[in-house]
Amino acid sequence: MTALAQMYQAAILEHARRTRHRGVLDPADARQEGVNPSCGDELLLTLRLADGAVTAVRYEGKGCAISQASASLMAEAIEGRSRAEVEALIRHVKAMIHGEGLHPDLGELAVLEGVRRLPARVKCAALAWTTLEAALRTHPAGGPSGAEPAGAGSDGPENGGG
Amino acid sequence: MTDHDVALLRRDFPILERRVNDRPLVYLDSAASAQAPRQVLEAVDRYRRRHHANVHRGAHTLSAEATEMYEGARARVARFLRADDPRGVVFTRNATEAINLVAHAYGRHRLREGDEIVVTVAEHHANLVPWHLLAAERGVTVRGVPLGGDARVDHDALAAAIGERTRIVATYHVSNVLGNLQPLRAVADAAHAVGALFVVDGAQAAPHVPIDVAALGADAYAFSGHKVGGPTGIGALWMRPELLETLPPFLGGGEMIRRVEVDHSSYADIPMRFEAGTPAIAEAIGLAAALDYLDAVGLEAIWDHDRALARYALARLAELDGVTTYGPEGPDRGGIVPFNVDGVHPHDVASFLDAEGIAVRAGHHCAQPLMRALGVDATARASFWLYTTEAEVDAFVDAVARSRAFFAPLTVAR
Repeated sequence: MTALAQMYQAAILEHARRTRHRGVLDPADARQEGVNPSCGDELLLTLRLADGAVTAVRYEGKGCAISQASASLMAEAIEGRSRAEVEALIRHVKAMIHGEGLHPDLGELAVLEGVRRLPARVKCAALAWTTLEAALRTHPAGGPSGAEPAGAGSDGPENGGG
Repeated sequence: MTDHDVALLRRDFPILERRVNDRPLVYLDSAASAQAPRQVLEAVDRYRRRHHANVHRGAHTLSAEATEMYEGARARVARFLRADDPRGVVFTRNATEAINLVAHAYGRHRLREGDEIVVTVAEHHANLVPWHLLAAERGVTVRGVPLGGDARVDHDALAAAIGERTRIVATYHVSNVLGNLQPLRAVADAAHAVGALFVVDGAQAAPHVPIDVAALGADAYAFSGHKVGGPTGIGALWMRPELLETLPPFLGGGEMIRRVEVDHSSYADIPMRFEAGTPAIAEAIGLAAALDYLDAVGLEAIWDHDRALARYALARLAELDGVTTYGPEGPDRGGIVPFNVDGVHPHDVASFLDAEGIAVRAGHHCAQPLMRALGVDATARASFWLYTTEAEVDAFVDAVARSRAFFAPLTVAR
């Protein structure tokens, strides 16, 4: 069970229980729902964006340990980072979980690498990141900052089916 | 069936020799899709190697052979359902398409605004969403009957829900989550008393219990090939021929016509009227081989075997702390066992089991209203069939017990 042990190693279990970034920001600059219809993983991601950076991150959701740990690790990793850094991280994470290599900037996020050997679970690890990507799209860099909360729900990312 | 009988049957299923993650495969996901015996694989292969051509066209030998085999498969399906007239059997892609066919060909033409469709909270999405689409288009209401206290559909509430405006009553024969066989005759009588159509989703019953559509009082019965050990891409709708004859086509194209002018057409007799385009010929022949196999083993024996394994699995899981199972217990309970390890998401449990070569499903099982009724987001589910052994159930239960220890750090209160 090496692939499994690697995936669920202590860091992941720890993050799935962590509560530091749980919650909802209100008001938020971006608010985005993500869902995996095939397994029922759900995520509500809220962000504050200022001066070209992600200044605050909160998520609420339910789902498997992998989807929740990924969300927790993501919140930890992106808070306080510039948009350019966050967008680069999204690319590095996607490459990692699809088995395309481990970028040095990933840091603690490297614990998610094991999921590439559990193909059925890649979409669980990806949910937080596709939701983040959609959230940033609703609030383009260089556009008006603050003001109106971005649309959620129907235009949220969806993976899989069933 | 004795252990020896099951051991002999297992030799017919080449895939059961596979190893997964360095362990012997323990396939407990037959309710999602059953494995096919070599008799099915060989029937499909023989057809493709020796007889393939398009059906119902052309005067050549191969086309005649293919047509005979395809129509033979239709007659085989009719016999499987104890129906005397093969014209009542329409080949579809699966049970889902069969129910959609009823919603279109019957529902769109017969239902009016204010009419009602009665279903239960325990239906598979395949027996809900086609009615929702119809409801939105025709201004029809879909009424759902709840579960009773015994984890079975409340049949008093079901009888009460059927009223003057009810035009369709649609429910399952065996539940894909609760695992129970529903007694349907009284439901059929209640539906017919108000002139409603009685539609049965037989996807989970066809692999497990003998079916007699007339005795059930069904007007329409749907099932899928791949759940009875046949190929994917083939299923069947049986409908009372005298009713089917009165319905307009669902899809248009070749095969389903009588005469076509450039601006209009007239349509073929049943069942061809409902089979537009070249059908899944090899798959239909494979389905017939699967039904031959099921009848040779005997559906009474399969049902007894499923029920014995379910009783055994439920009893063994009940001995474990922190494991919850769902569905009723009793002689109506077939080989479907949904469960959760407390505090652990079922996908995580399923990944743990997969690492030990044990295949189970995890998720909402295309039954979200039922998940809500059970008070859960999702469950894991083990399902058994004629090739499942008691030793496999033991391996499964032992692995569930170990998964609880593995995930213990997660179950500490948040």
